[in-house]
Amino acid sequence: MGALSGPADLTDDFSRFVRGKGGVSTLEIAVKGARCANCIAKIEAGVKGIDGVTGARLNLSTGKLVAEWRGARVSPAAVIRRVRDLGYEAQPYDAGETLNAGEKEGRLLLHCLVVAAFGTVFVMGLMDGVWYGGADMSAATRNLFFWLAAAVSVPTTLYASQPFFASAGRALAKRQTNMDVPISLAIVLSLALSLYQATTHGMHAYFDAAVMLAFLLLIGRYLDYLLRNRARGAAQHLVALQSALARRIRPNGHVETIAARELAPGDRVLLASGERAPADGTLEDAGTDADISLVTGESAPVFVERGAPLRAGSVVVGRPVVLAITARTENSLVADLVRLLEAGQQARSVYVRLADRAARAYVPFVTGAASLILLGWLIAGAPVSVAMTNAIAVLIITCPCALGLAVPAVQVVATGRLFNRGLIVKSGDALERLAQIDIAVFDKTGTLTLGAPKLLNAASIPHDVLERAARIARTSRHPLARALALAAGDGPAAANVREVAGAGLEAACEDGAVERLGSAAWCAGQEVSHASELWFRAGTGKPVRFEFRDAVRPDAAEAISALKRLGIGIEMLSGDREAPAAELAHIAGIENWRAGVDPREKAAHISALQAAGHHVLMVGDGLNDAGALALAHVSIAPGTAADASQLAADMVLRGESLMPIAEAIDVACKARRLVLENFALAAVYNLAAVPIAALGLVTPLIAAAAMAASSLVVTLNALRLARGWRT
Amino acid sequence: MAHLNGIALIIAAALAFGLGALGLLLWSLGSGQYDDLEGAAERILIDDPDN
Repeated sequence: MGALSGPADLTDDFSRFVRGKGGVSTLEIAVKGARCANCIAKIEAGVKGIDGVTGARLNLSTGKLVAEWRGARVSPAAVIRRVRDLGYEAQPYDAGETLNAGEKEGRLLLHCLVVAAFGTVFVMGLMDGVWYGGADMSAATRNLFFWLAAAVSVPTTLYASQPFFASAGRALAKRQTNMDVPISLAIVLSLALSLYQATTHGMHAYFDAAVMLAFLLLIGRYLDYLLRNRARGAAQHLVALQSALARRIRPNGHVETIAARELAPGDRVLLASGERAPADGTLEDAGTDADISLVTGESAPVFVERGAPLRAGSVVVGRPVVLAITARTENSLVADLVRLLEAGQQARSVYVRLADRAARAYVPFVTGAASLILLGWLIAGAPVSVAMTNAIAVLIITCPCALGLAVPAVQVVATGRLFNRGLIVKSGDALERLAQIDIAVFDKTGTLTLGAPKLLNAASIPHDVLERAARIARTSRHPLARALALAAGDGPAAANVREVAGAGLEAACEDGAVERLGSAAWCAGQEVSHASELWFRAGTGKPVRFEFRDAVRPDAAEAISALKRLGIGIEMLSGDREAPAAELAHIAGIENWRAGVDPREKAAHISALQAAGHHVLMVGDGLNDAGALALAHVSIAPGTAADASQLAADMVLRGESLMPIAEAIDVACKARRLVLENFALAAVYNLAAVPIAALGLVTPLIAAAAMAASSLVVTLNALRLARGWRT
Repeated sequence: MAHLNGIALIIAAALAFGLGALGLLLWSLGSGQYDDLEGAAERILIDDPDN
């Protein structure tokens, strides 16, 4: 049920998504729901079947379909409609966004890694020949080897080290230091000294050390990038939510389709059942039922009266209405939520990673030690080249290869373990943050509950009554009707169904009798609770009441008590009304809770907690939680959450269970301990290696071996996290 | 001098092979062969001879 599933929104307005190049037009479409070979074959064949389309290729990993045609013969709307007709959600994809900064970064890292790998293998082959057989070589042969090594290693190392140079440059420009400063220094200096050695016919050159350093560090960087990039694909859907179209009623009564962002206050917009309000407005002619869960988190649809406001993002589930726009889309609620989200992400980017904090202590130590050693050898009367060699040996031997691998190695193992337990971790540093939290704040609807109403009293309703009610229910998109249809299982849908706004459905049977499904008033029943019941009445028979409730997640109470055992404070913030919130808090065992909280209050509450020195974990699903999710120290969203919330969250739950949250905190604490151990190992290694290198006792071969050994120890230590968890 | 010529030849050949492999890998990365590993795994199941 895409927001744009109505036929009327498919106009030629999509032409702005079409890219033309050399007479070939391309359209990129984000397709949701494609999973298998069958889907690929169906979608590609379907799109290629459109007259004029010359090519269609679906990328299953990213869910992106690229369609091509010559000239302007094909309407982009026809392509999108074809994909939707095949049963998949489809949104045009803004090609300007495709090569976003993240993808470019990944591509550059991969290219650097490949080039560094080539350089390492080739240069090591040459240089090992010199180390092992250098004494037997003539000076001319050795020089040839050095120059060949230089010819390969200088360009490959400089190319492959771009990410380090760029990062070090950015840090220095801000008068800060990070790991990349000593790394860049070691790479540049060892290349420079090696060139000097080669020109002066010296014995020792470090060409292989420089390129191998870049190679080992790039492996860590690329692992880190893969972690962060894993869930990036969701980003496009938030934009899609905003780029919706609207049907504006012109003063002369004609209806035209325009982009929602062109709407101005005073415009009148037609909203059919199932359509999302593109901007804030008020209902003009009549009231309707609306699903406002995106805005408030309230699960049951509410009746919005004539003249009452309808917020952007609400979905009309009752009769079609006319909405008088009161705010531009950029001033509407969805836009507000996007801004909250951006603000939160900026606040979080201030977080300093463990590795960078280590670097702050490490960088002055390493550079200081190297310059002291340079000075010491000079004062002791050694030639400049010997002093430089020993100083660079210190830089290389202390170079944080082990540190560069230490953190990503632990994070890759930890996220792999959590993935198997049903939790997708989107960024490695989220685990570091998760290890610090002391308060967990839960949303109610869709987070502690499953987010969809379930029929409660199915057992007390005769089977034939349930089936007859379900026949009518199957024709409706109303959430309660859908829950009823779900409870009854598959079956036929009634024909001749009439919908009466704000009341219910009426079906005329073959025998002339009339069956009704809807509100208590519609079926002559005694209303108990408007939002959570449906009534059914056959002819003039006795009305039957169907009671619904949003089911609690099966292990909610268990997960909450597991978190409490870890010493974490629990709170619940719900946009829902007081009574259901109180009931749920009791079931889940939560003492601190608030009901009727709107998105801004949620975000403000999180900020207040953090200002008081707490580290907050936010667990929420709705778009109304997105701001709070982005603002919290760490955030988790269920897999059923709105795209924007999954995007804002650091971690996403794959299944219905909440237990992985408690396990994630446990794993995060273990991972943090392992990272600290790795730092300690690296520190011990450096304390031993620096004096040896400072005394000039280290040959490049030993330095390389020591470097590799320390990386290996750190990686093996990280793997301890994977041990013993397949239980 | 004969053995030095042999070494020069071998090194030149190794460099050529290495650069060739590097070029091929960069080309395959650039042409998008690794962009959709999931899709590639599924596509072998499609019967259509056009694909």
